[in-house]
Amino acid sequence: MKFTEEHEWLREEDGLIVVGITEHAAEQLGDVVFVELPETDTEVSKDDEVCVIESVKAASDILAPIDGEIVEVNEALVDEPGKVNEDPLGDAWFFKMKAADASQMDDMMDEAAYKDFIG
Amino acid sequence: MAETGDLHRTALYDLHVGLGAKMVPFAGYDMPVQYPMGVMKEHLHCRAEAGLFDVSHMGQVILRGPSYEAIAHAFETLVPMDVLGLGEGRQRYGLFTNAVGGIEDDLMFANRSDHLFVVVNAACKEADITRMKAALEPQIVVEVIKDRALIALQGPAAETALSRLNPAAADMKFMDVATLELQGVDCWVSRSGYTGEDGYEISVPEAAAQSLSEALLAMEEVAPIGLGARDSLRLEAGLCLYGNDIDAQSDPGAAGLTWAIQKVRRAGGDRAGGFPGSDHILKVLSEGASRKRVGLLPEGRAPMRAGTQIFASEGADTPIGAVTSGGFGPSVNGPVAMGYVTADLASEGTQLFGEVRNKRMPLKVAKLPFIPANFKR
Repeated sequence: MKFTEEHEWLREEDGLIVVGITEHAAEQLGDVVFVELPETDTEVSKDDEVCVIESVKAASDILAPIDGEIVEVNEALVDEPGKVNEDPLGDAWFFKMKAADASQMDDMMDEAAYKDFIG
Repeated sequence: MAETGDLHRTALYDLHVGLGAKMVPFAGYDMPVQYPMGVMKEHLHCRAEAGLFDVSHMGQVILRGPSYEAIAHAFETLVPMDVLGLGEGRQRYGLFTNAVGGIEDDLMFANRSDHLFVVVNAACKEADITRMKAALEPQIVVEVIKDRALIALQGPAAETALSRLNPAAADMKFMDVATLELQGVDCWVSRSGYTGEDGYEISVPEAAAQSLSEALLAMEEVAPIGLGARDSLRLEAGLCLYGNDIDAQSDPGAAGLTWAIQKVRRAGGDRAGGFPGSDHILKVLSEGASRKRVGLLPEGRAPMRAGTQIFASEGADTPIGAVTSGGFGPSVNGPVAMGYVTADLASEGTQLFGEVRNKRMPLKVAKLPFIPANFKR
């Protein structure tokens, strides 16, 4: 699993990259009450705003962590945004991407480095 | 954070930290925004059982004078409320108005027989005290209370909880005030609050505040509630947050607070006018306001937060209003908001649009409060 400075995690699964937010991010956001997912089959560039996530406190964006195509989104989050707090690393993945260039993940943090990053 | 060193701490600071609260700066105080339970569960707990809030950052002031009548007459020069007619042991909601008819702060005031007890907002308290001193002294003595904490116990189980410490709590009705002995200490208690629930606000000497809070928190019904849930509770209850929903430019008529201005202070009343901005405020009362504060119910799931511009149609160029408070209402289980719209579009059920992330999202003008008040009248 890889981690970004935007507190997203990336996991490779069946040739696709699954993206979600970290436990630390979910905790900082507080109770999530609204999730807006991207359209599938859309090409995105790294750092494009692709999802909106609103907690009881504020709205924030999820950025595309790499270039590629969004091929699947987790519709279950729309009806049950609270999953993001319950299981951020598992059930509450946000979208799956087909990476344009998987080497963009090479420089990302591993779990130990991310733990150091959040202190 | 650089400013942390300058923040005030309430008498319950150590208790908050010990309970695992997330502390944030608010109106110059280091305050708990939430506890480990989280905003959503804290909110729902308060509506279902009882919640304990530290509101010690608010200003507590006593006005003393030759008689209650003298204090009341003097105070009526600052607020458009019937102070003189307020019964002994009763509390009322009030507003400090300004010369142009805007609102400088909202407050609670109580007739405590030989004095008037006033509670004002934290962010406004210095200005309020200055205003009262300038207008009322020397005939009236403005005594700022600095050695008492203020805690709120709110929710349907608040009566059960507080009655364990003093059964007389159960005899109080909504907006009654009394001195109750709690754990051997005289506390100034009102049956009121700002959540839409039944409950109490308790002014307690600082030295006894932690022990009283711990005794309440030890009860099964009572959980600590932070500022996050306090905000969603008052928003669902349709109550104004000073600085958001009312400010120095909003007049009481537009704000939907005319109920707070008793007849005796209105045109034709025995003590009509005589408060700052009275000409303007009474004119708006008789002619109607050009804009109105209303409840707003977004039709989708996306919250519409303060600042969201409101339009009459999906394609309209010019906004007809804006959201002043908005977020997710845990008891409504959906987004709720309030804001100002032009008077012609203020009737219940009117379809409008709020612009969120450059998209026009439908919303409806809704009745306030979103959750029926649960007061013990």
